[in-house]
Amino acid sequence: MPTTAHATASAFADATASDSALRRFLHGLPGVDAVGLEARAAALGTRSIKTTAKAYAIDLAISVIDLTTLEGADTPGKVRALGAKAVHPDPTDRTTPRTAAVCVYPDMVAAAKEAVAGSGVKVASVATAFPAGRAALTVKLADVQDAVSAGADEIDMVIDRGAFLAGKYLKVYEEIRAVREACGERARLKVIFETGELSTYDNIRRASWLGMMAGADFIKTSTGKVGVNATPANTLLMLEAVRDFKQQTGVQIGVKPAGGIRTSKDAVKFLVLVNETAGPDWLDNHWFRFGASSLLNDLLMQRQKLATGRYSGPDYVTVD
Amino acid sequence: MSDKSEARLSVFKTYKLYVGGKFPRSESGRVYEVTSSKGEWLANAPQSSRKDARDAVVAARKAFGGWAGKTAYNRGQVLYRVAEMLEGRREQFVREVADAEGLSKSKAGAQVDAAVDRWVWYAGWTDKIAQIAGGANPVAGPYFNLSSPEPTGVVTVVAPQESPLLGLVSVLAPVIATGNTAVVIASERAPLPALSLGEVLATSDLPGGVVNILSGRTAEIAAPLAAHQDVNALDLCGADEVLAKELEVAAAENLKRVLRPQPVDWSADPGTHRLTAFLETKTVWHPTGSLGASGSAY
Amino acid sequence: MTMDKQTSVFEYAPAPESRSVVDIAPSYGLFIDGEFREAADGKVFKTVSPATEEVLSEVAQAGAEDVDRAVKAARKAFEKWSALPGAERAKYLFRIARIIQERSRELAVLETLDNGKPIKETRDADLPLVAAHFFYYAGWADKLDHAGYGANPRPLGVAGQVIPWNFPLLMLAWKIAPALATGNTVVLKPAETTPLSALFFADICRQAGLPKGVVNILPGYGDTGAAIVAHDGVDKVAFTGSTAVGKEIARTVAGTDKKVTLELGGKGANIVFDDAPIDQAVEGIVSGIFFNQGQVCCAGSRLLVQESIQDELLDSLKRRLSTLRLGDPLDKNTDIGAINSAEQLARITALAETGEAEGAERWSAPCELPSSGYWFAPTLFTNVTQAHTVARDEIFGPVLSVLTFRTPDEAVAKANNSQYGLSAGIWTEKGSRILAVADRLRAGVVWANTFNKFDPTSPFGGYKESGFGREGGRHGLEAYLDVR
Repeated sequence: MPTTAHATASAFADATASDSALRRFLHGLPGVDAVGLEARAAALGTRSIKTTAKAYAIDLAISVIDLTTLEGADTPGKVRALGAKAVHPDPTDRTTPRTAAVCVYPDMVAAAKEAVAGSGVKVASVATAFPAGRAALTVKLADVQDAVSAGADEIDMVIDRGAFLAGKYLKVYEEIRAVREACGERARLKVIFETGELSTYDNIRRASWLGMMAGADFIKTSTGKVGVNATPANTLLMLEAVRDFKQQTGVQIGVKPAGGIRTSKDAVKFLVLVNETAGPDWLDNHWFRFGASSLLNDLLMQRQKLATGRYSGPDYVTVD
Repeated sequence: MSDKSEARLSVFKTYKLYVGGKFPRSESGRVYEVTSSKGEWLANAPQSSRKDARDAVVAARKAFGGWAGKTAYNRGQVLYRVAEMLEGRREQFVREVADAEGLSKSKAGAQVDAAVDRWVWYAGWTDKIAQIAGGANPVAGPYFNLSSPEPTGVVTVVAPQESPLLGLVSVLAPVIATGNTAVVIASERAPLPALSLGEVLATSDLPGGVVNILSGRTAEIAAPLAAHQDVNALDLCGADEVLAKELEVAAAENLKRVLRPQPVDWSADPGTHRLTAFLETKTVWHPTGSLGASGSAY
Repeated sequence: MTMDKQTSVFEYAPAPESRSVVDIAPSYGLFIDGEFREAADGKVFKTVSPATEEVLSEVAQAGAEDVDRAVKAARKAFEKWSALPGAERAKYLFRIARIIQERSRELAVLETLDNGKPIKETRDADLPLVAAHFFYYAGWADKLDHAGYGANPRPLGVAGQVIPWNFPLLMLAWKIAPALATGNTVVLKPAETTPLSALFFADICRQAGLPKGVVNILPGYGDTGAAIVAHDGVDKVAFTGSTAVGKEIARTVAGTDKKVTLELGGKGANIVFDDAPIDQAVEGIVSGIFFNQGQVCCAGSRLLVQESIQDELLDSLKRRLSTLRLGDPLDKNTDIGAINSAEQLARITALAETGEAEGAERWSAPCELPSSGYWFAPTLFTNVTQAHTVARDEIFGPVLSVLTFRTPDEAVAKANNSQYGLSAGIWTEKGSRILAVADRLRAGVVWANTFNKFDPTSPFGGYKESGFGREGGRHGLEAYLDVR
């Protein structure tokens, strides 16, 4: 992966040569018409997914979840329970797919690794002074190294939104590159933009390109800690960005909407966005993730409904 | 059956205020006696305090952005729904209007019918007023120039003391049709149709807080509202000459838009002035320019 | 990943809208004076579903005698209808609007069956617009004094209205709602390939308690329409359809007192500048020409793209077209439905062949066409110039002609170089360019950074051979008022 990142970086050497060159590049990207973007996202939201397609979509949705707990009150016990859930989401039905990963704070990585050991479920760790990202670079890098050395397979970093909004794009870029280095050979890097704070769609498109050029393996919408998190429109926009980036560079980047996706219906809408925007190449958990927690139980209830024909209830899925 | 029903003791309705989509009693705990035109006891109505008025303004302000931001079509649908709901409760309102105004059933019925039709009239205005009160201006320069009406904000409506239903609807509907939100002071002597109207509004897809209805002593409630810095306009319809002047003076502090009391025939064609009284006009300029650097005129 | 991507691609399973919500009778009569009756000469014709060629129903075909009866019924009804207080007429129209809302799923399915357009469009575009149109004009019925046509403007009398098959119920709404609001009565002929929704509308008039004779529905062919237009008892003619028929109507009414409005053909230019929001422009181009299979008079059938971004735009466009789903119109995931009739399909096919013969480069989206019914794959022509037939003639199908331009001046010159002048689109992030270009376009509707948007409050109609008069908005009232 780092080799790909280096290749990407050299492909955009001119654009990232200076702050002003980077600004010219990012501001030269095609604009986004908000009304049109939202209308397209809403139109795709009316797709009607039935029967076999629904069964496929539910299993796919389960398999792309980064099952997440990011609370001040997290304990090893809580993380162990989460890990067990990720490995066997529905104890009554062993055909249920595992989730892609569990997502925790750095100091919980060791507990998480132990909980999912041998299952293939990855451990993702937020880092870089998540969620605000307001710390010195050295502190952020130490945060990353801590998570990586504890065994994290994936790092979910936050960008410096303050720097981005102040137009210091090169600072944001270099910080991502530094984190990419700190991830080493093993860990994949997800870059969180906190789209709710970037506010405009033009900014989200620019941030997407900035992140991809800097070597992100995934671009991710949100921390889940602010008012506006993943929406169909901002995810659609990021899917367009990875699609265009692959067409231009040949490099495929993943997308992770996070926060606010709670129902199976929502999840299926996002999968439709992926299918019809980036395309089927993105329809697995190497290239697409949901950052979610309560979503899983709703998917499990829907899955039970498809299996039995009866509507399920919250007493028939596990609370973790 | 009829014997039995005569013997049966009826259930009274507790009349309550309508604030923020809910039906509270007055925070003051006070009520006052409402009587028919013949002096018979009808109900105890809440006697609102200045704190009730304050709460109503908070609710109206909170509702303003959402209501003004709805499409005009959507507001029209909601107002039409009010007409449908009011028509469905016609009998109740005929009784309340007859009691309040001492009218025969048929005359009271005509008042209620006219009130229903008035909602329909204003439902039709929501998506047309901008076509009458706005438009493109042919400025002498390379600019696109468009004026559009926008709602003023929170409007305090002193409802007419007479005509407690038709008069009330005639002053309230135009205020909210254009996207304002309202704090209504019901007729002091005959507040019951207004309080019942709150129940109609609550079941008409009208968001809570768009209309807030207070009963009590007009002068007591109106004074803090006229002085309130977060109220944008004042319809003085139901204020007498002395009170109207007092309120207008108080309203000057933040330059509220004031519609003075005037003699009105509630049965006549309402015209548009109550719509335009609570509208601001916003004019937007944008260059049109020429197609190319050479300034070619096609 | 536990699933094998090769074997479990995200194919959407069929998601058909239930056909059982609509009950189509085996036969329908003419709707005259509040009653269904057979044609005087007993003639009938069949209406088929263009997606399957299944016969849906047999419909009475109005002849000259029936036209005469209908006009007389409308004339008789006019006296009382026009004398009603506006507020009462308004309430009839509000009732109709509400009943349409209540029955909208039924009507959407019906329209999809009879027309062939996707349920997604009838459900999300046609029917909501139909109801909104009646709501809007309902509100005008008692406000005509405020409409800017003087005090107490008078209706004209009997309106003879002939509508096309591309938006059957919506075109009916565009015709009937303003006519009734202003106090006129109506004799309306739906298109011969799509008569059913108009006949269902007759039933809605019954449910609304509309006085008999105020609305009369006469299914039939061109000769029925010609008889309506020519009838002495008709005071107003409103037609939506082809420019050729529009010209014929203009000749027929010459020298009479009949007031006329015509909504005719178009060859809309969709102009994309190099600073356009590309992804949204692609969506706008797609909805501009493939909405309703391109069978839209205001379709953006000419794409004028700035040469500097042509390759990028066309790549995006082709990629997007490849995701369009063509097939069963009742499937909720269908984007492209059937062509309305065998005749229309033949016309589209012939024009596309002309395009190829004249040297334009043809590209069609890869999609499988159903074996029965009338279908045409989304198609675009590149290397098109102003001289090509596909750049000049209205194709009225899912066929886009792509031309290029170098400067804004050239874009405007090419856009205006047409006998038509109905619609145009402009895609650019620069506001002053939008307004400057819009200023110079000879077209009745100009969309900027969007396309094919309709609203009852917004006037619609053409310049030049796209017709005259406006429908919709305050302007739409004028066509039905005596403002001489």
